[in-house]
Amino acid sequence: MTIYLPIAELPVAVFTIFAMGLAVGFISGMFGVGGGFLMTPLLIFTGVPPSVAVASVSPYMAASSFSGALSYLRKGMVDLTLSGVLLAGGLVGTAAGVALFAFLRRMGQVDLAIALSYTALLGAIGTLMLTESVRAIVRARRGTAALVHRPGTHSWFMRLPLKMRFRRSRIYVSAIPVVALGFVIGLLGAVLGVGGGFILVPALIYMLRVPTQTSVGTSLVLTLVTMTAATVLHAEANGTVDAVLALVLMIGGTVGAQFGARAGQTMRPEYLRLLLGLLVLSVGIRVAADLVRAPTDAFIVAPVEGPP
Amino acid sequence: MSPPRASSPPLVGRAKPGRAARRSLWALLAVLALAGTARAQDGAQDRAEDRAQGGAAERAGHRGEPVVLSLSEREVLITTSFSGAEITIFGVAEPMAQDGPQPDVVVTVRGPEQTFLTWRKSQVVGLWMNTDSRAFRDVPGFLRVLSSRPAALLAAPEVLRAEQIGLDRFPLLRRAGPDPADAAPPDPFRAAFLRIQASHQLYQEDPAGVTFIAPNVFQARLSLPGHAPIGRYEVHLRVLRAGQVVGEARTHFDVARTGFEQSIAAFAHTNGILYGISVALGSLVVGFFANLLFRKE
Repeated sequence: MTIYLPIAELPVAVFTIFAMGLAVGFISGMFGVGGGFLMTPLLIFTGVPPSVAVASVSPYMAASSFSGALSYLRKGMVDLTLSGVLLAGGLVGTAAGVALFAFLRRMGQVDLAIALSYTALLGAIGTLMLTESVRAIVRARRGTAALVHRPGTHSWFMRLPLKMRFRRSRIYVSAIPVVALGFVIGLLGAVLGVGGGFILVPALIYMLRVPTQTSVGTSLVLTLVTMTAATVLHAEANGTVDAVLALVLMIGGTVGAQFGARAGQTMRPEYLRLLLGLLVLSVGIRVAADLVRAPTDAFIVAPVEGPP
Repeated sequence: MSPPRASSPPLVGRAKPGRAARRSLWALLAVLALAGTARAQDGAQDRAEDRAQGGAAERAGHRGEPVVLSLSEREVLITTSFSGAEITIFGVAEPMAQDGPQPDVVVTVRGPEQTFLTWRKSQVVGLWMNTDSRAFRDVPGFLRVLSSRPAALLAAPEVLRAEQIGLDRFPLLRRAGPDPADAAPPDPFRAAFLRIQASHQLYQEDPAGVTFIAPNVFQARLSLPGHAPIGRYEVHLRVLRAGQVVGEARTHFDVARTGFEQSIAAFAHTNGILYGISVALGSLVVGFFANLLFRKE
């Protein structure tokens, strides 16, 4: 059964798209990542033009992160103060990222820049998470208790001025690194076209030592706000948001996110981090392989977006 | 006499072969009726026919042979279940002299114009990246060449070239690259462009796409893929006898969205911000209800 997408201007198999929404939604709810870094390439693979894929994933992520965030909110696993401070930096970062993207486009190598930063970023974060979680699992097996909140191990950047208390996260740190983190997430999000959850969650866990569950909940709130804004911006600037595509994706995605959120809450945090690390690393390796491997066709044809 | 039905009912999806076939039959009957009287008509009638065909059929000089052309659909309407369409082209090539040579027919269908960039990847310090590109400006987004025999058998190479018959001889405008030598015939960018468009079923050549159902009456089936570009499609038909073009006719049809699809696209194009806000609000509602639904369990 196919359904015609009015903005993408092509028919797609509706159950394939639904299943993709379900699968990515599950991952998104489980780890608190938006899923954009998985969904956008999947959509492009099914033939949806990249501009439409990037823009239509935004409302999908808004819906699934809202659904997931509500679950975490009820369980008291969202730090609204922390998301507010992160957002302050995030909005500035998004503006800077849009400017950087325009600069890279003038240089003519935006595809390469995206692929390289994906590889570096996903590879680094994936490796980091993988080694840390394996170490934590080994420690747990041996029976030695792992200390997540080690007093006196605060890094220098957490001892900067403007200290704030984030009660839900049970941390008392300077606002400067939090705003800086938000800025980096916003910057990367705008350049790479992703929500940034897969960077934010590990950063909150490892840099600011926020509990895993609260990191996920807080990241979902941030994704919700940025993706809602991105939907409106994409629709206004490019007119490439496909409402039909987004609707099919979000129905699958919200259902998947519910199951994912439950699975994530029942799972031991170190196993959750191990899985996310594996996922992030494998996507990074996939992108790297495309850069190094000889393409089957050396040529590609891309329609130039003309005035409507 | 009645001109061919210029406004037959639109084709809705692919689901109703019976209706489509009936309309095809009507179009064929109309063509035959028209052909029966074609030779008796004066110039004024010719002009009326041209209007009915929606295009300006050239009838100059040696191309004076009357050609009648009709389509089973004048408009392909895209609905939610649209996954492609089929259009039947009917025509009659009325010979000027009795016992003339057998006619050959070439139908060229070109969709709305688009600009494409063809990129070539090559390896730089071990990494594959886009290194070179050519822009193909205002070329058809859809191109189909249907003929009754392979193009090479129809006429001499210079006639084919002059008449631009066949995909290989179709003029594709492109911005010249820095090296004028690469615009020479074995242009790898042009070859790659044609190959990739063909793999997407956008550019195709069918040397057996036109069939004769009577000595001078022919039909051709044109299949449009679901992702065919939206807009106006020009149909250009040429009749050849003994290797020369003796007659031609032009007409067109439209591929357009309708109903819900059209409302969505129009909303997105006319009021982007409002459309974006509606989609964003809609996605929040979906997220909220999904959560509510699962909470009760």
